[in-house]
Amino acid sequence: MRYTAKVISTATSIAALLGSLALSIPAISVAEEASVIDQGKAIAFNKKKGNCLACHQIAGGKLPGNIGPPLVGMKARFPDLNKLKAQITDARKNNPNTIMPPFGPHAILSKDEINKVAEFIYSL
Amino acid sequence: MKKLAVIVSTICMLAAPLLGVAANPEQDLKDFRSYFTKRFPGTPLQDFANGVYAVDKASRAQWEAFEEFPPYEIYVEKGEKLFNTPFKNGKTYASCFPKAKQGMKQNYPYYSKKRKEVVTLEMAINECRKKNGEKPLKWKKGKIAHLMAYFAYQSRGKKGNVKIVNTPDSIAWYERGKKHFYAKRGQLNMSCADCHYYNAGNKIRANILSPALGHTTHFPVFRNKWASKSSKGDGMGTLHRRYGGCNKQVRAKPFKAQSKEYRALEYFHTYMSNGIKLNGPGIRG
Ligand code: HEC
Ligand code: HEC
Repeated sequence: MRYTAKVISTATSIAALLGSLALSIPAISVAEEASVIDQGKAIAFNKKKGNCLACHQIAGGKLPGNIGPPLVGMKARFPDLNKLKAQITDARKNNPNTIMPPFGPHAILSKDEINKVAEFIYSL
Repeated sequence: MKKLAVIVSTICMLAAPLLGVAANPEQDLKDFRSYFTKRFPGTPLQDFANGVYAVDKASRAQWEAFEEFPPYEIYVEKGEKLFNTPFKNGKTYASCFPKAKQGMKQNYPYYSKKRKEVVTLEMAINECRKKNGEKPLKWKKGKIAHLMAYFAYQSRGKKGNVKIVNTPDSIAWYERGKKHFYAKRGQLNMSCADCHYYNAGNKIRANILSPALGHTTHFPVFRNKWASKSSKGDGMGTLHRRYGGCNKQVRAKPFKAQSKEYRALEYFHTYMSNGIKLNGPGIRG
C-alpha cells in the first residue's frame, strides 16, 4: 500500500512536472513571439522610427493618417512574409513615385527593426 | 516659294521639339489650378486662399472664431509703425515703396532683368534699409515679419499677379523652383508635391494637408506653434520660415531663408496662386 501510494505520488508529481513542462515550453515561445511583435509595434508606432501611423490606420494606434491603406488582414494580403518585408524596406520597388519612405535604403530603420515591424504587421 | 516652304517647315520641325520641352508656365498654372478645382469640387477658386480650412470643414468654424479677434492685428500695427518711422537719415520706407499704401505685395516676387535674379519683398525691405544706412533685419521673424504683415494687409483683396518674364534666365529660376517643389528630398524622401499636391486633403497623422494652390496668399502667418516658442508670444513668420519647417519635417537640411533655392521656389509657388486674392496675414495652428 505504502509502496503503491508512493508510486502514485511519484507518478502524479512526474505528471505534474511533465504537465508544467508541457505547458511551459509553448508558454515561453509564445511569450518570445509576443515580445518580437511588441517590439515591432513599438518601432512602428514610434514617431522617430517607423511612424507608420502618419499614413496608415493600424489596430491599437491613435489618430492615424489616411495617406496609405489601412493595415489589416496582412497575412491574406501578403501570404509571403518576405514580400511584406520588401514593401517596408523599399516601397519604391512597387511604386517608384510612392510617398512611403524607403526605410531600408535611407537607413531610417535597421534590418532587424524592419524584421520586427514586419512580424508585427504580419500579425494584424 | 517652294524653297521658302521647305525652310519654314524645317524651322518648324526644329522648333517643335524645342517647344515641347520648353517650360510653359501658363500651361503649368492652368494644369495646377484645374487639378485642385477637380479634386475639391466644393471649393470655389477664391476659397483656396484659406489654406487647409478651404478643404477641412471640421476645423473651419474654430478658425473663423479666431479671426474674430485676430492675433496678427497688433503685428500689422507694429509693421505700420515701422513703415512710418523715419530712419536716422530722416527718410522712411515710403521712399523705397511709394505705392505701399495702395498694396503691392501681389506683384512679388518679381524677376529683375537688370539684376538677373528673383527679388522678394523681404529682400527689397532689407535693400531699402541698406540704402538708407540701416542694418538689415533677420529674415524669418520679428520686425521683417511685422513689416510683411503690414504689406500683406495693404494688399488684401488684390489678386496675385506674379509675372514669369520670358527670358532664358527667368525661366531657369522658375524651373528651379518647380523642380524643388516636385523633387523628393530628405531622409524621408518626400517632395512638397507628395504632401501638398498628391495628398492635399488627406491626413498625415491628425493633420490635414493643405492644397498648394493658395498657399502663398496669406503669408506672413501667425502660427500658434511659433507663438508658443517665442518669449513674447510673437507667432509671426515669413514664407521662407515655413519652407524651412517643411524641409525639416522630412529630415532634409533646410536652405537659408532668401537663398536662391527658396527664392526660386517662391517664384514658382506664388505664380501657381496667381489670380487668387491675397488675404494675409493669416492664422494657423
Ligand atoms: C508618408 C506615408 C507613409 C508612411 C510613413 C508609411 N507608409 Fe506604408 N504606404 C504608404 C502608401 C501611400 C502606400 C500605398 C502604396 C504606395 O503608394 O506605395 C503604402 C503601402 C504600404 C503597404 C502595402 C499595403 C497593401 O495592402 O498593399 C504596407 C504593408 C505598408 N505600407 C507598411 C508600412 C509600414 C510598416 C510603415 C512604417 C514602418 C509604413 N508603411 C509607413 C504610405 C506610407
Ligand atoms: C511630410 C509632409 C509635408 C511635406 C513633404 C511638406 N509639407 Fe508643407 N506642411 C505640412 C503640414 C502637415 C502642414 C500644416 C498643415 C497645412 O497647412 O497643410 C504644412 C504647411 C505648409 C504651409 C503653410 C500653409 C498655410 O496655409 O499656412 C506651406 C506654405 C507649406 N507647407 C509648403 C511646403 C513646401 C513648399 C514644401 C516643400 C519644400 C512642403 N510644404 C513640404 C506637411 C508637409
